[in-house]
Amino acid sequence: MEVEEVKLPGVGLRRDFACLNGRRVGVLSKKSGERQLIVYDDVDPDSVLVSVDMDADEASVLAELLGAPRVVERLNRLREQIEGLATAGIPISPESPFVERTLGDAEIRTRTGVSIVAVARRDGVELSPRPDFRFHAGDKVVVVGTDEGVKAADAILNPSS
Amino acid sequence: MHLDSLAQLFLELGAVLFGLGMLARLASRFGFSPIPLYLLAGLAFGSGGLLPIGAPRGFFETGSQIGVILLLLMIGLEYTAEDLVANLRTQAPAGVIDLLLNGLPGVGFALLMGWGPTEALAMFGITAVSSSGIISKVLTDLGRLGNRETPGVLGVLVLEDLAMAVYLPILTEVAASAGGLSAVASTIIALAVLAAVLFIALRFGPVVTRIVVSRSNEVLLLRLIGLAMLVAGAAEAAHVSAAVGAFLLGIALSTDVAERIHRIIEPLRDIFAAMFFVFFGLSTDPGQLPGVLLPALALAAVGIATKFGTGWVAGKRAGVGKPGRLRAGAALVPRGEFSIIIAGLVGTAAAPELEPVTAAYVLVLAIVGPLAPRLAEPLIRRFVLGRRPAPKPAVRELGTETPDA
Repeated sequence: MEVEEVKLPGVGLRRDFACLNGRRVGVLSKKSGERQLIVYDDVDPDSVLVSVDMDADEASVLAELLGAPRVVERLNRLREQIEGLATAGIPISPESPFVERTLGDAEIRTRTGVSIVAVARRDGVELSPRPDFRFHAGDKVVVVGTDEGVKAADAILNPSS
Repeated sequence: MHLDSLAQLFLELGAVLFGLGMLARLASRFGFSPIPLYLLAGLAFGSGGLLPIGAPRGFFETGSQIGVILLLLMIGLEYTAEDLVANLRTQAPAGVIDLLLNGLPGVGFALLMGWGPTEALAMFGITAVSSSGIISKVLTDLGRLGNRETPGVLGVLVLEDLAMAVYLPILTEVAASAGGLSAVASTIIALAVLAAVLFIALRFGPVVTRIVVSRSNEVLLLRLIGLAMLVAGAAEAAHVSAAVGAFLLGIALSTDVAERIHRIIEPLRDIFAAMFFVFFGLSTDPGQLPGVLLPALALAAVGIATKFGTGWVAGKRAGVGKPGRLRAGAALVPRGEFSIIIAGLVGTAAAPELEPVTAAYVLVLAIVGPLAPRLAEPLIRRFVLGRRPAPKPAVRELGTETPDA
């Protein structure tokens, strides 16, 4: 998903992307910490059709509704459909060699065949993280693959434990 | 006797401030800027006005100067040095086009009026610079901060504010000495100071911030206002103009505490900025307004058209469609604080008609400006309906490791 990021001097940061159905949605993060959920007009894709102002609490509730449970829900459904599919949340321990290194560096997919579908951290969930995503200590890496693959991925991310 | 004069001061000052409060309420109720109402109030209270009061001019004059410092300090606080440098790098062409397109009609106007170079330079700034205060409020009220043309609009405003940091010192020097070599020298000084401050802000912003920041709001407020006055005074002494000094201090302070500083000095700014607009009205002779009204209206009409030009260019550069470009132009129409600061700066050094022309110009554009985005909407809508684009195909690029494919 191509997320466009634009700085608004004096206001904050706007991130937006187009959904499959062509609708653009985005979030405006203001310097004051407030968030604005924005939905763009279909006819004039440059203009905002709906905007909802949210304080930090409301924004995190919305993020939770959209993000975290959906990942789990989707994984459970997958597990039911495909036999032998394993999923796990692998924590990045502070001793992990990949703290502050990128997802691409770990080469999990190449080395184990396992896919990293999300990374959960305290301030939110990164869905489908890109290769340049940087791990922090305490991140929870959600992976999908075979049983052996998941174990191998754990061994790569946390070799000491 | 002493008691009587004190009583008179308080009664008049109280009446003026209370009246301004009513006007501000009225303005917010109808969703437009209070600036034109403050100006009208000043005109009404001044000599030759509808309700002339023996206004405490000395008090208002000092208050209005403090108002300028606080206005500029707050504008500077909005931007970080990184913001400014990044904008300069990406938006410079739009900024140059904006200044030329909107400033040159002012110069032409001054020439038509038979004015000298000081007035021509002043009119350049008066017609060029939009009111970032009015515009960001309008964009917020209309829920357009997320629009895709908005970064272009804000970029133009940033560059205009930055250009003022170079322009105001030059104008001060030209007004004082009627041009020549010292204007060139002051230009160089202004550019050097600007570069030095941007460098200090980029490198040592946190140090400057540590000087003023405190856990206690009282300590913070006193230190901040004190430092602002010191910097403004030093800047004035160095012929860089007090306003520019305050603006640069604001930039240097723009870090994570800017938001808190903002909240603390905002009420103070509101009081003194109101006094600043009233004082400008007080010092303008309303008797001269009717004579300059038609030329000022014509200039305002040109000023609206040229801002649409800026918006078109800025929007096009941002890859925005035609409706968005028109919206960007409509948003940029309001002029306000800077035009008045400029006219106040040249003051008596300029032709006596300059102040009433500016007053009329700002009155018109500060009233029409906030309405322009709403008024332009039907036009834009018809334009859009004429060429309804098909919904854009979704851009979907799969992440590197996606399970549900």
